[in-house]
Order: sequence, then structure tokens, then C-alpha cells
Amino acid sequence: MARLNKIPMSNVPAATLDRRQAVPALLERHADFLIVAGLAGTAQELSALTHESPGVFGLGGAMGASLSMGLGLALAQPKRRVLIVTGDGELLMNVGALATIALQNPPNLKVVCVDNGHYGETGNQDSHTGLGVQLDVIARGSGFPVVHTINTDADIEEGRRLLRQETGLAFILLRVMEGPPNKVRRNLVPHVERDRFRAALLG
Amino acid sequence: MAESGWADALYDLLRANGVTQFGYVPDAGHRVLIDRSLADPDAHSIPLTTEEEGVALAAGADLGGQKAVLLMQSSGVGNCINMLSLTAGCRFPFLTIVSMRGDFGEGNAWQFPMGQAVEPVLKAMGVVVLRCDGPQDVIPTATAALTMAFQSGQSVAILLGQRLLGAKKF
Repeated sequence: MARLNKIPMSNVPAATLDRRQAVPALLERHADFLIVAGLAGTAQELSALTHESPGVFGLGGAMGASLSMGLGLALAQPKRRVLIVTGDGELLMNVGALATIALQNPPNLKVVCVDNGHYGETGNQDSHTGLGVQLDVIARGSGFPVVHTINTDADIEEGRRLLRQETGLAFILLRVMEGPPNKVRRNLVPHVERDRFRAALLG
Repeated sequence: MAESGWADALYDLLRANGVTQFGYVPDAGHRVLIDRSLADPDAHSIPLTTEEEGVALAAGADLGGQKAVLLMQSSGVGNCINMLSLTAGCRFPFLTIVSMRGDFGEGNAWQFPMGQAVEPVLKAMGVVVLRCDGPQDVIPTATAALTMAFQSGQSVAILLGQRLLGAKKF
């Protein structure tokens, strides 16, 4: 049987948080942000959390889009807080976008990665982070000026503060256990999502 | 028009039409546009690690009410294909300017597979393809493309052919 190299994770504690509580606790008031949510779990939980608010653009495909979409939005709307919420698998698909974002350094942009170490949508295969790849270290090396890792409830308060600090790009790694996100029946007609978001923001 | 005067005129045209986000993976054919965007205090000059980032960047710019353009070499088109499902499905306007390799007079065999596939794969993803083969083509073509993308909401690629850019010598 083929085996993957499990990278030693001695400095990383086992995940203990349940995303169904941790994500709402971290975001607190979603209406404070314009949000781009990566496909699958994070788009589902953001739709559930916000009752499909028009301030959330949730991807249903185009894996790897969330970071760059959030960058374009943040540059276009410098007076609004822009938040990207995505999973480890989606982020890994275009991990170079972390470097692209850091070179722009938009002070109104924050990135939250909900890292469950698995591809939850496709059969729960281990993702690279589940085998020891550390996205917080990659974000730091990519040039993010502020990186915060949430392993326990006690780490959430600092994350909440960073999401609302007035100036400064930040990356928050929210490490959660395997398990389903909160879900709601989403509208998956892509152009409706675009039209709704733009109409609410731009009139 | 002077030998590369079209490139400066193209930058001015894009800016006059409200394009403020310039995403790119560098290529010699885009040198003037990239340098102009870097020197422009009112534009965002955004180097990408892979071209598909630029497709998603343009979608995010549109969500926020700005206009973007993606500058890339023909080899980068292949890196964008699935990401164009974002553009097509959500009906985002999309404008890209593609400097061609594997085209007229190309001397590097490595460039042909993707260079020759650029038009069919873009069309397969619903992108309208316009070509420029001489300096006189550039401004009329870009003017048309700007209208098609940002007024009609289409995805449009302007291909800058090697008759215009010159084939790279090896």
C-alpha cells in the first residue's frame, strides 16, 4: 500500500475546535465585512451564518479563486473591511496568491483559513495540512505582516480583534476538527450571486 | 505609429476607460504596460504567481465596482481554463491581453503546443477572441474589446500576434 510522508508535527497541537461554533465566534458580526467564501464547507457555513446575506460572495466552483477575488475586491473597496474565508484545500490550490496579496498589502483585507486538514467534500481524504503542512508558516514566509493561529477557544479573542483592527493585512489560521460545517440550502446560480452582491454594494 | 508607440497608446486607452487593476505574469510583450502600471499612482499594478489568479482578481474587482485587465503570455492561457468557469457562470466582464508565442515565425518548438491552442481553448470557455497583427490594429481592437467587456459584459481576449511583437530570436 502506498504511503504518504507524514511530516512531523511536534510543534502543532491536535485540533480541538468544532467549526460550527468556532467560525461564528470568530466572525461575530458578519455585517461588518464584505466576505468572499471559498467553495464547499466555508461557503456553506457562511451562507448559513449570514442567511445568504448579499454581503457574502460564496463560491460553488472555481476552486482556488477566493484569495485573488478577495484581493480584487479589497483594492476596489479600500474603505470597507474585506474578509476572505476559505478552507485549507481551496487555499492550497492557489497558495501563491498569498504572496501576491502580501506584495499589495491592502490594509483592509484579512484572510481566515478554516483548516480541518481534510477534503471534506470529496470523501474526507487527508489534505496536505492534515499531513503536516503549516499554512500559518507559509503565510508568514509569503510576507503577511500579521499571522495568528487559533488552536483553542482562548485564541479566538485575539482573532476577533485582528479582524477589526483598522489597518493591516492579517492571516488567521483557524484549526478545527474534522466534521461537517453548518449548512443551509444555498442558491447555486452563479450569476445571481454576482448580481446580488453588486446590487447591495454598488446600487 | 512608431514601432512600440502602440503600447503607450494602449495603456492610455485602458486608463481612459477606467481600468485600474493591472494583473500580470511578466512577458516581454507587456513590458511597457507593466512599467506604466508600476509608475502610475492611480492604478494597482499586481504581479501574479500564476495567470489564473488574474481571472479571479478581475472578478473581485468587478464585485467592488472596478475594472481589471489580465496581461499574460500565451502559455498562461492554459493556466486559466477552469478559472474561466467563474467568469462564464457569474457573467463577470473579463478582459485579457495575450502576447503570443508559438505563433508567426516562432523559433522555440516548446511554445507551439500552447500557442496554437490559445484560440480554441479560449473559445471553448466562451471567450471572444480578437487578434492584432500590426500596430494599426491595436487601438481599434482594444477600443472594441473594452466596449464588449465592460458595456456588454462579455469575456474578451486580445491576442497580440508575433507579426506585431516580432518573433523572439534564439
